[in-house]
Amino acid sequence: MSIAVETKQQVAEIGEKYKYGFVTDIEMDMAPRGLSEDTVHFISAKKGEPEWMLEWRLGAFKRWLTMKEPNWARVHYPKIDYQASYYYAAPKNTPLKQSLDEVDPKLLETYKKLGIPLHEQMALAGVAVDAVFDSVSVATTFKDKLNEAGVIFCPISEAIRDHPDLVKKYLGTVVPVTDNFFATLNAAVFSDGTFVYVPKGVRCPMELSTYFRINASETGQFERTLIIADEGSYVSYLEGCTAPKRDENQLHAAVVELIALDNAEIKYSTVQNWYPGDENGLGGIFNFVTKRGDCRGKKSKISWTQVETGSAITWKYPSCILRGDESVGEFYSIAIANNYQQADTGTKMIHLGANTRSRIISKGISAGKAQNTYRGLVSVYGKAKNARNYTQCDSLLIGGECGAHTVPYIESRNPTARIEHEATTSKIAEDQLFYCLQRGIPQDEAVSLIVNGFCREVLQQLPMEFAVEAQKLVGISLEGSVG
Amino acid sequence: MLDIKNLHVAVGGKEILKGLTLSLQPGQVHAIMGPNGSGKSTLSYVLAGRAGYDITEGSITYNGEDLSALKPEERAAKGVFLAMQYPVEIPGVTTMTFLKTALNAQRRARGEPDLDAIGVLKLVRAKAKTLNVSEEMLKRPLNVGFSGGEKKRLEILQMAVFEPKLAILDETDSGLDIDALRLVAEGVNALRDPSRAMLVITHYQRLLDYIVPDRIHVLAGGRIVAEGGKELALELEAKGYEHIVKVPA
Ligand SMILES: Nc1ncnc2c1ncn2[C@@H]1O[C@H](COP(=O)(O)OP(=O)(O)O)[C@@H](O)[C@H]1O
Ligand SMILES: [Mg+2]
Repeated sequence: MSIAVETKQQVAEIGEKYKYGFVTDIEMDMAPRGLSEDTVHFISAKKGEPEWMLEWRLGAFKRWLTMKEPNWARVHYPKIDYQASYYYAAPKNTPLKQSLDEVDPKLLETYKKLGIPLHEQMALAGVAVDAVFDSVSVATTFKDKLNEAGVIFCPISEAIRDHPDLVKKYLGTVVPVTDNFFATLNAAVFSDGTFVYVPKGVRCPMELSTYFRINASETGQFERTLIIADEGSYVSYLEGCTAPKRDENQLHAAVVELIALDNAEIKYSTVQNWYPGDENGLGGIFNFVTKRGDCRGKKSKISWTQVETGSAITWKYPSCILRGDESVGEFYSIAIANNYQQADTGTKMIHLGANTRSRIISKGISAGKAQNTYRGLVSVYGKAKNARNYTQCDSLLIGGECGAHTVPYIESRNPTARIEHEATTSKIAEDQLFYCLQRGIPQDEAVSLIVNGFCREVLQQLPMEFAVEAQKLVGISLEGSVG
Repeated sequence: MLDIKNLHVAVGGKEILKGLTLSLQPGQVHAIMGPNGSGKSTLSYVLAGRAGYDITEGSITYNGEDLSALKPEERAAKGVFLAMQYPVEIPGVTTMTFLKTALNAQRRARGEPDLDAIGVLKLVRAKAKTLNVSEEMLKRPLNVGFSGGEKKRLEILQMAVFEPKLAILDETDSGLDIDALRLVAEGVNALRDPSRAMLVITHYQRLLDYIVPDRIHVLAGGRIVAEGGKELALELEAKGYEHIVKVPA
């Protein structure tokens, strides 16, 4: 069965577009509402953190109090009341370090419904999963097999306790505590997330994946991910995200730090499908995320691939610092904004080392009354001789009420640098649609087919299993967008 | 099989077809000839159900059913196929993916099970061979960067794959050199069948040397102004449209 049709059937079966919108009814352990030093103490204590971690958080919190929410992005939203949210929510009875058999069956059921099998025997061959439910990691699969290879794949709260030296050495070295309003907030109150360390010369034997789920209402999710690829190692990592349908806006402010040492490669893929709000723009996740990779070693490589279909607001710029000579940064992006969604996303490629190369392929799709902005920076420093960048930004408009905007910033301080930028804007043409209809392909399936074609270069970058999922999502997100 | 009665069609408020009557039986091949701008493509689009082509008067009956009540994709599933004068490019969608998506969409609409990837591949390959459509072409994005001849061959390949009941070929000969023309005509002739009707639209007589029609209708100013057997084409060729028809201003 073709993907588009399967998608349509799924949508029809569920009778609504956002099939992840259900709520799991489970008893929660919550921090008191609001944000203060006490909240930070509360979270740190819940996690059983060492003193140094608490100090780090408190420093971040102090700093955050002095900072202002940024307003330069092309997104508009009502003022966020940071005292109105809960900053910690965990399912009750989640003992630390449990085997899958001890996980609350309601949680296992939730992930099953989401299509994320946690039971190892059921799990997709070759994909290890860390499942983060609101503020805690509830299960991590394939740990033993990864241990054999020397790969550490665990909740970051666990890494802070069990691998403090690694965490201390790398945490906050790519996205400093002081980086920006949302990143600093995250440093103060992050609750969980994933930690990965791939030792020297190891090719991680399977795809690693984290599945983030917001469940509790009026709760922010602040996860933190730290991935270190030691010399000559390779890892491919994927994150997925969903949330229930709610009329309120919920804040999600994550931080992701990647570090690639000499000759190491990290491939980081995201399929972001947070609840986008309804057709009238009510509800949906505010997604303010700081993701940055540091190609610290020579000939290292970091590749970001993102498929952004969800969230009411997306504010996200996965970036690469190309520090090592001959290092390579890549950014492949699909951003879909429908109805009243607003997306302001792109990347920064910071060329510090000699012979560094970067490649940016961005596909923005706007439909309904949505606004979609690509915002990117390519910066070549004085020492980055022979730096190369290629940027291609394509926008596709569906209907006459949406907007696409491209804001590229280019700075070069080295005359040997070569920077290329190409941009196109197009519409789904009536003749393309008619051609599909004439061959028997119904309208929604035709839109899905054409848009998937438009995004092909990016979809090809995703690991197989996720490419299929992503193609379906593209179809679902645009259901009914053409007359 | 197809009964067009007193058909009036307006595009953007302007009347293009002004009372066209035509009837086509299974197994027959009819040609529609006419000068540029006479409404040939308009007729093909209205048969296929393109939006913006409004029937203001008259009727189209297809196998006893009011064709104008059906959506374009429903017509396709019921066997209406239009080989377009200007085939459309769809970047990023390989020809093979497109064929598979379309074929299965039609099958599903008819309540038939999907063909799996291998089934489609086998079917398409077998048909592609005779039309000289290469494996490489099937892997390229649909019509993107195809030559005029390649595009037209691909239209006929689709016709072969979908096996329609009513095929409308809109200037399939335009832009083809003589070898390409012969190849396409052979492809079309191979699809002539007692259960299938074809409407071959052309500006030139040349195509009709290869695809010999049962009947020819001359369209001018939105009406059929002359009809006859295959010899009418030769007459048109020799004397030009002006001598046969008084082209209304
Ligand atoms: N979208 C349109 N809007 C207005 N007039 C149109 C449109 N499409 C075609 N026409 C006009 O309709 C007439 C018939 O066009 P067409 O059916 O393409 O003729 P043919 O295929 O015989 O060359 C021409 O005068 C043409 O200019
Ligand atoms: Mg024409």
